[in-house]
Amino acid sequence: MAVMEYIDAIRLAMKEEMEKDESVFVLGEDVGVKGGVFTTTKGLMEQFGEERVLDTPLAESAIAGVAIGAAMVGMKPIAEMQYSDFMLPATNQIISEAAKIRYRSNNDWSCPIVVRAPIGGGIFGGLYHSQCPESIFFGTPGLKIVAPFTAYDAKGLLKAAIQDPDPVLFFENKKCYKMIKGDVPLEDYTVPIGKANLLREGADITVIGYSMPLHFCMQAAEELEKEEGITAHILDLRTLQPLDRDSIIEAVRKTGKVLIVHEDNKTGGVGAEVAAIISEECLFDLDAPIMRCCSPDVPAMPISPPMEKFFMLSKDKVKEAMRQLAVY
Amino acid sequence: MSENQKLTDVVMPQLAESLVSATIAKWLKRPGDKVEQYEPICEVMTDKVNAEIPSTVDGVMAELIAEEGQNVSVGEIICRMAVAGGAPASAAQQAPTASTAASAGASAAGGDQSMRSRYSPAVQTLAAQHGIDLNQIQGTGMGGRITRKDVLAFVEKGGAVAQPQAASARAETPSPFKGLPHADPAVTPEQYIPVQPVPERNSGLHMSAPPKIPPIEAERGERETLIDVTPLRNAIATNMRQSVSEIPHAWTMVEVDVTNLVLLRNKLKDEFKRREGYNLTYLAFFLKAVVNAIKDYPIMNSVWAVNKIIIKRDINISLAVGTEDSVMTPVIQRADQKNIAGLAREIEELATKTRQGKLKLEDMQGGTFTVNNTGSFGSILSYPVINYPQAAILTFESIVKRPVVINDMIAVRSMANICLSLDHRILDGVICGRFLQRVKENIEAYTLDTKVY
Repeated sequence: MAVMEYIDAIRLAMKEEMEKDESVFVLGEDVGVKGGVFTTTKGLMEQFGEERVLDTPLAESAIAGVAIGAAMVGMKPIAEMQYSDFMLPATNQIISEAAKIRYRSNNDWSCPIVVRAPIGGGIFGGLYHSQCPESIFFGTPGLKIVAPFTAYDAKGLLKAAIQDPDPVLFFENKKCYKMIKGDVPLEDYTVPIGKANLLREGADITVIGYSMPLHFCMQAAEELEKEEGITAHILDLRTLQPLDRDSIIEAVRKTGKVLIVHEDNKTGGVGAEVAAIISEECLFDLDAPIMRCCSPDVPAMPISPPMEKFFMLSKDKVKEAMRQLAVY
Repeated sequence: MSENQKLTDVVMPQLAESLVSATIAKWLKRPGDKVEQYEPICEVMTDKVNAEIPSTVDGVMAELIAEEGQNVSVGEIICRMAVAGGAPASAAQQAPTASTAASAGASAAGGDQSMRSRYSPAVQTLAAQHGIDLNQIQGTGMGGRITRKDVLAFVEKGGAVAQPQAASARAETPSPFKGLPHADPAVTPEQYIPVQPVPERNSGLHMSAPPKIPPIEAERGERETLIDVTPLRNAIATNMRQSVSEIPHAWTMVEVDVTNLVLLRNKLKDEFKRREGYNLTYLAFFLKAVVNAIKDYPIMNSVWAVNKIIIKRDINISLAVGTEDSVMTPVIQRADQKNIAGLAREIEELATKTRQGKLKLEDMQGGTFTVNNTGSFGSILSYPVINYPQAAILTFESIVKRPVVINDMIAVRSMANICLSLDHRILDGVICGRFLQRVKENIEAYTLDTKVY
């Protein structure tokens, strides 16, 4: 067990899997010599050589396409998108090819790729370095999507993603890279894909979220319990596709009041689908309208710091939403 | 505008001293209707009478809380009215309080109650599972809303009536959507249909609780028709059963010669009708004779109180008045203070009120002895059930001409029977025989010279 940063946990996962399985390799922009713009792949090229840590041209469509092709011949590629914002040229490869290979080949072929992409704002990245593209891929059957928020989950989920026989999008939160530290076992473990994680038990409200905003939720929950006696039941979805319906339903039944939190904008986000599941299955358990606390429906993250602050979720915003739901 | 409006709760008024609850028969005002002070807002049914509840304020009906057919305890809120606020100053005062309450969140009851009767699915589900009357729960949510936690706390304190459904049961029931494409909910709507505690019935009539009102006749098959028991019918049934099961009834009858009374009435009735506008009935003369006899035998005017017999000083005569589907017993208060004309007027008024359904509770209270004019529907002999908790009930039967032997001669006389049912715990044959003889004497003492005023 060691205390490490979220980004170190991601690197460790790749290192362990590459040591264990020769078919695992990394490709992406600046992942080799530079070790990644965030240093996520730092040291991997030195350890595994340039044939297993490939620097690619600035062509995300090619990165995804090469990964898919390699997967077809038995490799297990980890394709890194430098920012998830840059992933859009690759959507055709990911949605139309990777997601459908098993289906269209009648189960003869599979596509065991991992696409890693940093999501989220709060780093003054502006329009092209801050987006949360989950909702673009979220409605695509055939893809798995995970979005860890702790160092432990980052390592465990990435290892599970690499071992998974189907395409997995691994959305790591770039704000978490250095901000989040935690205990990470040095031995081999995975966090199962498709299983949500109950972070905290409470009786007043249920908060459902994923990725970085959960830190705000946890802090707000601590404060609300101390200051006002409001206890929050917090569920980390961990996997966005497929959603863990049973855990969602169970968490909702615990309090009957649900707040869904994510940084992706509200309309058409993961929260909308979670809300739909709840309304399909938990109508008679609801004690309040299903609430969502998300980023605003504006085209992109503003580049001005005060405006970025306005756009981003924060502990105070989440806390106020939680309080409103609690007193409803 | 809305800031200047205040919601006022309207509660079920104490319509009479003994009244503990009443059933909302019909709402006369709907949300949004303007209501003036004293204007009736709803009709209510009690065990005894139907009444209208007048509005206590000028305003607009905001929300109906009690449903038609619901039995509401005195003092419980039946509806809310929006009343225009006072001076603008007071409205300004209200606004910040309201907003602080909203932001302060967990505002206790007493403030804004606008959400008091908005029940969430979770609250309704729990209430149904535990058989809880939500009116008993104080809401701690926004706007006085009852939250799921409020219900759970209430259940924990032992407020629940029925056994909670096993939580595991619902997860196992198969989904009705199963088999439909793209729909796979884990629970089914049927699992949430509230399980109402079904009252036990020991007979055709349910005696302990007033049943729902609407007198709908539902066809069942071809050979029988079902009629819902009204609260009034239920009250009659309850009283009758209590009377016959508690009071040991005995019965006796005398025959009265009313020939002179018939002549007297025939002489006076046209003139009386012209002067007073209502009929001078035989019943008025009979009542006078009974009241005077009770004065001589006050034990007739009493109540059995287990270790005591309470003799009532006031002689308040309950008058049995039949309608198409019920019998009511409005009361002539202080009948001993009234002359024959006065009694005739009371009879006329109470009978009219009864048939028009306009009896008030005070018309029904305080009776000490009941008289029933069974002759009016042709009976010559009847066995009346005592009007609980009185000591006796007396009937006047039909006046019929019969050959009668007087001084060994046969004469044709107008004769009538008087029947008496008595509480044998209080009264015995001798005293009742004397009493009936006195009634008989009083009636036979009417002559053409008797004054009705």
